[in-house]
Amino acid sequence: MDATVIVLFLAIVILTLVVTYLAARNTKSTGDFYTAGGGLTGWQNGLAIAGDYLSAASFLGIAGMIALQGFDGFFYSIGFLVAYLVVLFLVAEPLRNLGKYTLADMINARFDARKVRGAAALSTITIVFFYMIAQLVGAGALIQLLFDIPYWIAVLIVGVMMTIYVLFGGMLATSWVQIIKAVLLMFGMVVMSFIVLWKFNFNIGAMFTEVKTATSHGAAYLNPGIKYKDPLGTLSLMLALVLGTAGLPHILMRFFTVKDAKTARKSVITATWTIGIFYILTLFLGMGAAIFVGEEKILAANPGGNMAAPLLAEAIGGNILFALIAAVAFATILAVVAGLVLSGASAFAHDIYGQIIKKGNISERKQMAAARLAALGVSVVSIILSLGAQYLNVAFLVSLAFCIAASANLPVILYTVYWRRFNTTGAVSALLAGLISALILVSISPSVFSPVEGAALFVGEPIFPWENPALISVPIGFIAGYLGTVLSKEYNYERFAEVSVRAHTGYRERME
Amino acid sequence: MAQKELIVNFAQLEKKPDYVAVENSSRFKEFLNRKKKFIVPMTVFFLIFYFLLPILTSYTTFLNTPAIGDISWVWLFAFAQFVMVWVLSSIYVRKANSYDDEAEEIIDEYLS
Repeated sequence: MDATVIVLFLAIVILTLVVTYLAARNTKSTGDFYTAGGGLTGWQNGLAIAGDYLSAASFLGIAGMIALQGFDGFFYSIGFLVAYLVVLFLVAEPLRNLGKYTLADMINARFDARKVRGAAALSTITIVFFYMIAQLVGAGALIQLLFDIPYWIAVLIVGVMMTIYVLFGGMLATSWVQIIKAVLLMFGMVVMSFIVLWKFNFNIGAMFTEVKTATSHGAAYLNPGIKYKDPLGTLSLMLALVLGTAGLPHILMRFFTVKDAKTARKSVITATWTIGIFYILTLFLGMGAAIFVGEEKILAANPGGNMAAPLLAEAIGGNILFALIAAVAFATILAVVAGLVLSGASAFAHDIYGQIIKKGNISERKQMAAARLAALGVSVVSIILSLGAQYLNVAFLVSLAFCIAASANLPVILYTVYWRRFNTTGAVSALLAGLISALILVSISPSVFSPVEGAALFVGEPIFPWENPALISVPIGFIAGYLGTVLSKEYNYERFAEVSVRAHTGYRERME
Repeated sequence: MAQKELIVNFAQLEKKPDYVAVENSSRFKEFLNRKKKFIVPMTVFFLIFYFLLPILTSYTTFLNTPAIGDISWVWLFAFAQFVMVWVLSSIYVRKANSYDDEAEEIIDEYLS
């Protein structure tokens, strides 16, 4: 390992631990733990949202996909970005106005039934674990390559760090880790894009011309269709991306960390600009890697293309830039998994233990203890699962997480706020149908079964044609919510009136 | 214990504002309609604009024709998605800020 790499690596570890120490002194109540007491400012929260969103998968994954598959890799960038409009226009403010800590809180603003909270918590927990294992396994493999240490040590380092942030510093520490990471990541991206563009005298057209001859795809590199050939499969993926984001629990949780809807709105704007610029820059990284590193070398380092960005850093900036980008990748992974631990812990400790088992009759001290215990539990279980999954291809878990978020969470969020007739049965039906259909369809899809060994989890012919089943499972979620509602008699207009008034005016009763 | 719960519930009952009255008031209805008239068409627009990209790339090839040098239309359309996100989010914030005052007024009038 290079000395620069070690220094930067340690610098990040120390910096984030100092932040955690400072945050721990301010984390006294459950509200502090889950939502940093709602005290983040708009830009802080905006950067933290960007931090939550720009996971290692987007940073390393998209750069790699663009390097290897040209325009098709860019589809992800666009999907992730436009998803923010769905969040901003439809979800962010009602969620902020109705909820307290979790998605289930928001849905329960309308339905008291414990089964609704249970179903919402179940979907959150499923998403969190899938997403987390995908991140941790990816992180282990990546850190193994970057720092030349064994997989299990890599997973343990990331796992222990994330546990420390969340356990001691709660949401405040997690948010600051996100902010630090977002700033580092943007800095790294800008530096690399600048160098790439500089090599073409800042003529983007020249870069496009050069890339036409740089890969085995030739001129086709610049056209869509290298990876996504099936039209409906492509649409299905795009649907999962644009709607899934608006249902991911760790993204939704970010709207509870500000004091009101106005601040939530501001933070989405900061996030949208940061993320937008980031995704445009992925283009320069991807094409830069295709030109200056070359397909063969990228594929040799990692078949998924995840090493494209670090290799590009090495090719254009030598060891120092490589060390910087490796450190940024490390910080990125840490920040995202910490956010996931927190949303998983809130579903266990707040929804299942505090509200369902204890029915809300639980002292502040016990709530806090439960929250910390749940965070520890979520961390330990995901570390163990990730250690066991080293040799499995877990790429499908990310698409599964998005698919569940889009098919189970989003229909219920929209119905709860906007549909007068919606009821308990509808909510439970939508959540379960979305969750189960996404699970089943993904498990028989090409993401899980591939005839090529190692390309997916199992070897075999997929029954379902598309990698991402959102085009089927999202309508199932919506239809189940509709049928569950119209086929059952329950109708509570008073509660709808309450939710509608509160969601749209931001009014909160004092007793809360 | 039971008695204590009863008192708490009673206190909550007393505090609970009459949301049904607010929801039915013409003031709130107009407010909501205005909001919807903005949000619904905008949402429909950006979803169509977004899905137009994969639909056009999947079923047609005319976006592959060069626009500026070797940069083809598909890249420009992709970039237009970014511009759309920035423009629409700015418009949204401006609009939503104007709703805040009205929401305040409704709260003042009916809920406090």
